[in-house]
Amino acid sequence: MTSMNWPLYEVFLQSKQGLDHKHVGSVRGADDQSALEGARDLYTRRTEGVSIWVVKSSLITASQPCDRGAFFEPSEDKIYRHASFYSIPSNIKHM
Amino acid sequence: MPLDNIAFEAKIEKDIPIEAKNWMPEKYRKTLIRQIGQHAHSEIIGMLPEANWITRAPSLRRKAILLAKVQDEAGHGMYLYSAAETLGGDRNDLYQKLLKGEMKYSSIFNYPTLNWADIGVVGWLVDGAAILNQVALCRTSYGPYARAMVKICKEESFHQRQGFEAVSVLAKGTQAQKEMLQDAINRWWWPVLKMFGPSDDNSPNSEQSIAWKIKRLTNDELRQKFVNNTVHQVEALKMTIPDPDLKWNEAGNQFDHGEIDWVEFMEVIKGNGICNHERIQAKQRAWDDGEWVREAGVAHAAKHNKQVA
Repeated sequence: MTSMNWPLYEVFLQSKQGLDHKHVGSVRGADDQSALEGARDLYTRRTEGVSIWVVKSSLITASQPCDRGAFFEPSEDKIYRHASFYSIPSNIKHM
Repeated sequence: MPLDNIAFEAKIEKDIPIEAKNWMPEKYRKTLIRQIGQHAHSEIIGMLPEANWITRAPSLRRKAILLAKVQDEAGHGMYLYSAAETLGGDRNDLYQKLLKGEMKYSSIFNYPTLNWADIGVVGWLVDGAAILNQVALCRTSYGPYARAMVKICKEESFHQRQGFEAVSVLAKGTQAQKEMLQDAINRWWWPVLKMFGPSDDNSPNSEQSIAWKIKRLTNDELRQKFVNNTVHQVEALKMTIPDPDLKWNEAGNQFDHGEIDWVEFMEVIKGNGICNHERIQAKQRAWDDGEWVREAGVAHAAKHNKQVA
């Protein structure tokens, strides 16, 4: 039992109230609470955060880099979804 | 060349970071697990020579600084083990290999910290040398390793500066304090130069690592940079560098240093340094003594899960 690793958690940190939580790395913890405390000790020794999320790495579903082309392809030919697609006369302001 | 490999090489060429789930050559993966693992071990072993002085730091201020620094080193080890795990390296397995002597750590931590001056010199020179290496690694081709390095470099800067501050106090102190500092510099200078590893013509793995952009600068380039950076710092302290051959090379725009004793370096690497045995013994003891904590953590988690269910 003792030779096994504790479960792996991914750590997300909110650096300031109002900002997004951002992935900063991972930590191992015996349970959710110990992962949270470990993340605090590991990633916020210099007040880098005001809020931490930890989530078991095994619970994350991620896209696969090898499918990148097919997975994201549908959005690539829709350039009209970007503001820069439209030309506006230079005398038109506030747009 | 298989398609995967062409895509991999193209990313390396264009400085696009390789990420954990990207295809990579098996040798790239293995090289990184070894390098990141050894880097992590160095952080963990590196806690020992400094922890040696926590109870004897000359003031509460120095004690608090030293505690924070040693805690940082533990943190750096954790960031790096995490990075190694993204490649499929098993944390426990890596750690057991350290304890069994199957994986190395930086040769520098096999030298003893005999005096308080050593602690200042370790921060200033040892961490100073480590920073040069780590700043270069912030641009390493493997994304998770590079990101860990960025975090580490931010914190290392405090380590180096507190070290220089500590030695500056000694340099302005009594004759005995000045002598203690000079003695520490004399003992640490050459081991610090060896931290960058064997010279380029004697470093068999370097070429491939440079090609894959795992390493961005060679051992000798980093070593030279360190010498160039450090000479004026030693002079500012009114101390001397224990190298009679050290001289300014106008044409090369660098300080040429004397011959490094590579025989001694190899002996330390092989396990025959002053503290090799003591370091591993200390980590083995900590591992054994911590067993009940690991067990208690698992038992507590199991009990809690049962209650929730």
